[in-house]
Amino acid sequence: METIAAGQGFPLHTRKDGETVTRTSAWTAPGCHNGCGIKIHTDDQGNVTKIEGDEATPFNQGRLCARCFAVPDALAADDRLLYPLKRAREDRGKDKFERITWDEAYDLIEATFNDIKEKYGAESVIFQQGTGRDITPYITRLSWSFGSPNFGGVGQSGDSCYLPRIAGMVGTLGGFWLADYSQQFVDRFDNPEWRAPGVIFNVGVNLLVSNSDGVMGYWMVECLKRGSKLINVDPKITWLSSRADLVLRPRPGTDGALAMGMINYLIENDLYDKDFVDKWCYGFEQLAERAKEYPLSKVAAITWLAEDDIVRATRMIVEDGPAALQWGLAADSSNAEAVPAAHAMQTVFQITGNVDVPGGMIMPTDILPGGYAGGWGRELISQEQLAKKIGIKKYPMYAFATPYTESEEVLKVLESGEPYELHACWNQTMNPISCMAPEPERVLRAFQKLDFFVDVTPYMTPTTMALADVVLPVCLFPERNGVALTTGSQRAAAMVKVTEPRGESKSDQQINLELGKRFNPKGWPWDTVEEMFTEMIKPTGYTFEELCEVSPVLPAFQYRKYEKGLLRPDGQPGFNTSTGRIELWCGMFQSIGQDPLPYYEEVRPGPLATPDLYEKYPLILTTGVRRWTTFHSEHRNMPRMRAIVKEPLAQMNPADAEKYGVKDNDIVELYNNNGKAHMRLRVTPEIMEGNIQTDHAWWFPEGDPEDLYGVMDVNVNNLCEYDCGKHGFGTNIKAQLCAVRKYEE
Amino acid sequence: MKALLIDARWCYGCHGCELACQTEHGMKVGENGIVVTQIGVWPYEDKGGAEKWQHSYLPVPTDQCDACAARTSEGELPTCVKHCFANCLRFGEVEELAKGLTDAKQCLYVIEK
Repeated sequence: METIAAGQGFPLHTRKDGETVTRTSAWTAPGCHNGCGIKIHTDDQGNVTKIEGDEATPFNQGRLCARCFAVPDALAADDRLLYPLKRAREDRGKDKFERITWDEAYDLIEATFNDIKEKYGAESVIFQQGTGRDITPYITRLSWSFGSPNFGGVGQSGDSCYLPRIAGMVGTLGGFWLADYSQQFVDRFDNPEWRAPGVIFNVGVNLLVSNSDGVMGYWMVECLKRGSKLINVDPKITWLSSRADLVLRPRPGTDGALAMGMINYLIENDLYDKDFVDKWCYGFEQLAERAKEYPLSKVAAITWLAEDDIVRATRMIVEDGPAALQWGLAADSSNAEAVPAAHAMQTVFQITGNVDVPGGMIMPTDILPGGYAGGWGRELISQEQLAKKIGIKKYPMYAFATPYTESEEVLKVLESGEPYELHACWNQTMNPISCMAPEPERVLRAFQKLDFFVDVTPYMTPTTMALADVVLPVCLFPERNGVALTTGSQRAAAMVKVTEPRGESKSDQQINLELGKRFNPKGWPWDTVEEMFTEMIKPTGYTFEELCEVSPVLPAFQYRKYEKGLLRPDGQPGFNTSTGRIELWCGMFQSIGQDPLPYYEEVRPGPLATPDLYEKYPLILTTGVRRWTTFHSEHRNMPRMRAIVKEPLAQMNPADAEKYGVKDNDIVELYNNNGKAHMRLRVTPEIMEGNIQTDHAWWFPEGDPEDLYGVMDVNVNNLCEYDCGKHGFGTNIKAQLCAVRKYEE
Repeated sequence: MKALLIDARWCYGCHGCELACQTEHGMKVGENGIVVTQIGVWPYEDKGGAEKWQHSYLPVPTDQCDACAARTSEGELPTCVKHCFANCLRFGEVEELAKGLTDAKQCLYVIEK
């Protein structure tokens, strides 16, 4: 693989004011999955004194967000877990842990897991992880080398965070794409081959505070400064809406219908790129036929948008191109039928020819085959064991499109013991009880059935307190070596240990390697984690130690790879699909009994799908509003972050507040047929009438451990329900129904 | 006179400057050398009758801002300027910065005489 070392010539260590400054990158824990380049200052006792942005990293160009500045506090926090712990199974939920040694912990886990494997089969142990950690390669390897096909994350319905589009694109595009912000180039916005998108279609994301695709929000702002037009598609008025050339405020969950209407308008009015479609797309006639089902009047009625605005957006994509699609996670998580919605959205940008062109959509080259979420070490598990993976009969895409299991299917197996019983869980850096599991009380009850639950975590969480029989303490990123193989346009960045782990905490990777060796020594042939990292980054040609010196390393990039034979293993021009073309009519979907064409299905529950429920619960509930200072359920224990956002918020429009008799700053209860939660209300015109939006993942580390830190009081997931759609990928957690009233204690 | 040029067109309120400042100077939680203020959010009609939204931010230095004298004496940028994602802060001599005032919503804040 041809690569470019962005950090060449920037020394790994420098000295300043009697301290050592180390160039490294930041990736969990704590924090997000962006892997920004940073410089960590340490004094001669090894204390971390300061964190700054690293100018040599093109990804963030020396800039840095609030959360990284709190990392020194995170390292020193009083509530760090410093030693392995165990607790009697009957004491789950009680603060009755006792300290044990690592040897005792490993012995106990090894003996218990192996005993369960012998009695019930390796598949009865599930391995799960939280989102955004850099552990997917190691934990998939741990699961597979143990012999369990059941790697996943019992939490979000249908892998709904991002994976619906990824899994779908395997069939339609034969790969992955994302908007072109110059992130693939070391010289970024100055690169002569790059140009800013003519127009950005930003749908379902407040990109500045949240992201998918490994994209930094400021890149979009840099494009606006360089003249990109912006179509902001969001029910909420965000800062981006205020700077946009066109604002669309659709009903939550209807983005797929909007895209179908745009496809129809493009075809009916001959606005699509005929040359590109003729040469590179498959199934256009069938698509055109399907699109006829979505005339403007129908789409306007579904989406609550004006016909003129849909036309204007569609024309802007053609007339102001190249056009880039920035699709947020709401695209995957506001309608259970997320795969056909994602299919529709990408189609708009495919039939307009915005494929692997400057300022359009790019198809980056992966360093780790299959990408960061693809898993590592699949050869270690037998086909016989893989065939036992939960959910693949019902949802065949789970057999090949993702290493994960489907969450609710795992939950059902836990509850029913069919087709086999589950007995143990390895839960690594994941806090589903407060973070992303719909029906959290149900999840909690199901997990209580397990004989044995191991939690690997840097801090005590509600999930740890509720369920863990053994707790393994994880160190934070400045205390370990690692490799940030980031999402989106992949790069390899070294994470360099600058200080000793506190107490006896160890890195996720160290724990996985040490335990992996006990389960399956042949699957873990390395003496050190650094040797393991070197093996993993082999495609770059660098050892881990070499990577530290020149990090980050970016794969060389070319536009229009489909013309040059750079996308297919056989070296032929075209895309890596069975037809070699972009499959507007998708053979893969057809082969698994799904509709091969994109479509919109009414979001459920919802005003049109469940009118009776809508009458009782007249607000559309959108969960998961992102804050500057938190990443999912993290950072609640960091005072500098809590000073900015101290508690969860619900937000609604003034007209709705008046209608339902609640006021700004009230504590309100949100409730529906599934459950309830209460939190502070903010009344603001930013929110569309008929919609209520809330934060997610809140808990109170300062609260009572045996009340699970108050998590169930404020957990908006109490109102959400599992529904992963026909493909098994998707959820409605951003478009539920609820009512609101003033909270009475 | 040392000043900050603040370009309020592009500040999107991420609080990064606040935390950069607070931790650079070892300030307590609740103290800061720069504070991001929010203006809005409300809708209004522009002259053509189109709906617009007032939604902007303005970072404002506080009495505790010394423009990172220790950093700038070594040729580095003030930490808020260096770390600003929106790249909407500039530091320098007021006369020099004034030449960069070319657009609406830009302002100069004199830090010290």
